[in-house]
Amino acid sequence: MCLSIPAKIVSINGEKARVSLGGAEYNAALNLVEHAKIGDYVLLHSGFAIQIIDEKEAMETMQLLNEVIKKEKENE
Amino acid sequence: MKHIDEYRDKKLVDLLLKQIWETSKTPVRLMEVCGGHTVAIRKFGIPELLPSTIKLLSGPGCPVCVTGKSFIDKAIKLSKIPETIITTYGDLMRVPGSSSTLENERANGAEIRMVYSPLDSIEIAKEYPSKKIFFPGIGFETTSPATAVTVLQAKKEKLDNFFLLSAHKIMPPAMEMLIDDEVQIDGYICPGHVSTITGSGIYNGIVENFGLGCVITGFEPVDLLQGILMLVKQFESGNPKVEIQYKRAVKAVGNIKALKLLDEVFELKDDWWRGLGNVPKSGLKLKTEFKKFDAELNFQLNLPEPKEEKGCICGEILKGLKLPSDCKMFGKICTPENPVGACMVSTEGSCQAFYKYQL
Ligand code: SF4
Repeated sequence: MCLSIPAKIVSINGEKARVSLGGAEYNAALNLVEHAKIGDYVLLHSGFAIQIIDEKEAMETMQLLNEVIKKEKENE
Repeated sequence: MKHIDEYRDKKLVDLLLKQIWETSKTPVRLMEVCGGHTVAIRKFGIPELLPSTIKLLSGPGCPVCVTGKSFIDKAIKLSKIPETIITTYGDLMRVPGSSSTLENERANGAEIRMVYSPLDSIEIAKEYPSKKIFFPGIGFETTSPATAVTVLQAKKEKLDNFFLLSAHKIMPPAMEMLIDDEVQIDGYICPGHVSTITGSGIYNGIVENFGLGCVITGFEPVDLLQGILMLVKQFESGNPKVEIQYKRAVKAVGNIKALKLLDEVFELKDDWWRGLGNVPKSGLKLKTEFKKFDAELNFQLNLPEPKEEKGCICGEILKGLKLPSDCKMFGKICTPENPVGACMVSTEGSCQAFYKYQL
């Protein structure tokens, strides 16, 4: 019910978008997000995009974790 | 798939586990309140990977599970009105009311359609102007904004034949009540997608009034382990606070556009939760200016709250007091094919998650 899945916007028509998810396409209403663009990943929930995924934050999280791994390797 | 696979990376999982094992010294009980978390934690076998100091509990975050049987009874009553179509999320079809399910009613001739989005109800209402369309709305802050958009659309299209039966609920009052009820919890793994909408401020009261840590967490293994690590660090250092692990999807301010729409359409009411009973100001009802769309106000629906299934301990499981395996019916009489209680029906219910992913 609260499941929301990251899906990529492939086209936009007004407040409606088509998003791609694991090879299939779905409708996503854009009424709940602002400034969504083609290529953005959105969280898809009951036919609505409820948030645009922040690529910068996603990258930072990954970078921080990968740096720790690198440091650990160096210390070994 | 992007934004999924990288959070299942074995190297990162191993790193986080190592850090958790090193950090966790004192026994700690962490509760996940979101049904999506319950499923992910079971599916990825997280509890088996953690040191014995960390105990994970499931809380009241499966909307289907906490909604009373009377809601299904009301939807069924509506489905019997002549010239009616019920539009519903698939999740509700098999949930038992006191004597039937929507699925059974459909087999017996009621017109019940599963919809992918609540907006589909508006299309159906336009297509069948002589019929009444009822949408049973269920879910927390993640789901209610979609319903708000739907109601606003009904208003814009000047529809007279669309009605909402609302069981929408908000999460924080239930989380606070659990602590008050003396359920032993040391920290909350806070719901990621609820927080996408609400932002992180809704948990401040839990930190300030009860001294419990709150970490808003995503749904993949790396997310969950990082969230657990953050909570353990907070606990070990005696410094509870609200933190966001799931930063790619959650902003401290939330989704302002969605919050505005919620505020425009809904107001708070006292609401009944399975396991918790009446929780003040925890449910959403339509504001007066939308009353023409309110199924409760426009149709005679007063039904008594029916009794729970005998022997079903869903209520105690939802409070984190018992595990599904403590139920005598679990896996024997009660299975996903033949569910006795709501916690087994719902794909996000604890009983179904335990049953599906038991080792
Ligand atoms: S196993 Fe079935 S009967 Fe037992 S608590 Fe869970 S839902 Fe209820």
